[in-house]
Amino acid sequence: MSTENSNAIDIVDNPHGDHSDHGNADHDHKPKGITRWLYTTNHKDIGTLYLLFALLMLFIGGSLAMVIRAELFQPGLQFVDPHFFNQMTTVHGLVMVFGAIMPAFVGLANWMVPLMIGAPDMALPRMNNWSFWLLPCAFIILLSTLFMEGGGPAAGWTFYAPLSTTYSSDSTAFFVFAVHIMGVSSIMGAMNVIVTIFNLRAPGMTWMKMPLFVWTWLITAFLLIAVMPVLAGTVTMVLTDKYFGTSFFNAAGGGDPVMFQHIFWFFGHPEVYIMILPAFGIVSSIIPTFARKPLFGYESMVIATASIAFLSFIVWAHHMFTTGMPVAAELFFMYTTMLIAVPTGVKVFNWVATMWRGSMTFETPMMFAVAFIVLFTIGGLSGLMLAIIPADFQYQDTYFVVAHFHYVLVTGALFGIISGVYFWIPKWTGVMYSERLGQWHFWCSLISVNMLFFPMHFVGLAGMPRRIPDYALQFADMNAFISIGGALFGLSQLLFVWGVVRCMRGKGIKASTQVWEGAQGLEWEIPSPAPYHTFQTPPSVK
Amino acid sequence: MESHKLLVRKLVLICIAMFGFGFALVPLYDVFCRYTGINGKTENTAAPAARRVDASREISVEFLANRDPGIPWSFAPEITRIEVHPGQVMVVNFLAENLSAEATIGRAVPSVSPGEAARYFKKIECFCFVEQPLDSRQKKAMPVQFYIDPELPEQFTTITLSYRLYKSTLSNASR
Repeated sequence: MSTENSNAIDIVDNPHGDHSDHGNADHDHKPKGITRWLYTTNHKDIGTLYLLFALLMLFIGGSLAMVIRAELFQPGLQFVDPHFFNQMTTVHGLVMVFGAIMPAFVGLANWMVPLMIGAPDMALPRMNNWSFWLLPCAFIILLSTLFMEGGGPAAGWTFYAPLSTTYSSDSTAFFVFAVHIMGVSSIMGAMNVIVTIFNLRAPGMTWMKMPLFVWTWLITAFLLIAVMPVLAGTVTMVLTDKYFGTSFFNAAGGGDPVMFQHIFWFFGHPEVYIMILPAFGIVSSIIPTFARKPLFGYESMVIATASIAFLSFIVWAHHMFTTGMPVAAELFFMYTTMLIAVPTGVKVFNWVATMWRGSMTFETPMMFAVAFIVLFTIGGLSGLMLAIIPADFQYQDTYFVVAHFHYVLVTGALFGIISGVYFWIPKWTGVMYSERLGQWHFWCSLISVNMLFFPMHFVGLAGMPRRIPDYALQFADMNAFISIGGALFGLSQLLFVWGVVRCMRGKGIKASTQVWEGAQGLEWEIPSPAPYHTFQTPPSVK
Repeated sequence: MESHKLLVRKLVLICIAMFGFGFALVPLYDVFCRYTGINGKTENTAAPAARRVDASREISVEFLANRDPGIPWSFAPEITRIEVHPGQVMVVNFLAENLSAEATIGRAVPSVSPGEAARYFKKIECFCFVEQPLDSRQKKAMPVQFYIDPELPEQFTTITLSYRLYKSTLSNASR
């Protein structure tokens, strides 16, 4: 029944809204210059800022990864010393997780959630502005540590104690402060999404009529406000352990370093779902559009998302199988981890069923979405392998783990974001992206990303540990191949930038209101480009 | 706007509560581990003497000692292995010597393996209950008096008691 809901959406009011009291003849009136962006409270401006910031961070994080791959191109130490190498792996992870993936999702939420639920803006526009502008501050602080004496954080993005306490560099306080600011920013972004969805839905937009992107983001936002404060607590404990003589993680003072891992992963595991659930929502918007069929199993998708979110809180110790937990606890975490495959499998089968016998076309967003389904499933299955305790003792801290989480985060989360950008950019800019450029971007990315990450499974199974600047000779050929894949993948993303910049400059075929033949939903009923103010009078949803 | 404020207030409360929960996890893990006995942590207070001795079986108790690189002491058990009956009270000495020219305070942190046996490892007196100051070049035999609880399940035949010696953080602070 609800699979047909999107067909029933109808707008009775002019989506431009009534602007007789606007006081300005120009409906799209906006301030000019830099202050427009500094002071903006407009959800579309802030969404754009988030997305551009994420793109910049993608390239900064990517550059750090290229340092890693350059060093690993050959065995032995060529370019960087091991301490700097560790800083590269650490800051690469932090930048990609907190600077690229999460802000990109918040940017998409800012742009699309109000349009999808018929809201005039986000519910808390000033907080919205603040939560964005905190991010550049946080990352300036984080990246500046790389230039400090003693270097930046080098304990891995998971900053396990005592690496981050006893053995960390003097810049740890900057790292802690940067993470605090990032956390505050994410929490405010999440609150904004929750309040918007709770209070600003258009009349008739009931819970079970909400597009799946809105649903997945709502659940993600709750995960964020539940676990980002725990991360803030973790880094605070690291700070006080290092500088103020507390002993949370210091056995000499009665603390426990393993407890760091418990507290960190209590945040960390929900965090990995924070980075994938919105991508599920994006793909759930794209597949029905290009299969020209309603989404199969809408309710089961919502329930599956909620189940994944719930399970994410009770599986954290599967990251710690080798810490010497008792067998009963290991079994508990193994079974709950495997249980997650059930709702995730429901989602994958629903997407496939949506495509089944649809009249499909393969524009760039659809290509990325289909690649997402296939490659994310590979990442999910390697996750299942890691969940098997005896196998995990072999895989722990090898390149197999690196392959696993890059399949779910790059070909999962990042491909989801890229497909969403191609899908919605005609609505944002008013022009179609270049399909030829998009297809080139897709095929180059698809081939290079698999050159980059697939062989990591093999070197990992063969015993190559992660986070090392040097390795045994037998891994040399594979690592050279991986590094070439990495360089190609990085260069392929320049095609993406080219396509995006082309759209932002208005070059391309004018996009229609609906943009895509099979597109359904409120966001496809406003003109392209979306006016600066939309839905000032709420649409009514039947 | 009122409904916004109310909802925001609730969400802020959730955030504050979760921030507190992060810190509450510290004692919660401790309580959980003590209750289930899964962390290899032993009670760090004196246990009452055993009521009976179970002479029908023998348990191998092994001793390990190692030290943190931060403390300039030598530290080793006098013997590495003894056979005991459950309930039988034993005393084993650990030998420490301060190799540096400065007085140092040490703190030994015990751990029992397998972790599930930790709660059956009862210490009547232990040098690990208190901090151990040693003057420069001073040697000391530090005793631990213990017994194995006769309630120990049958599957355990070997129990390892391990100490790691740290420089006391208190002495660090006063340095």
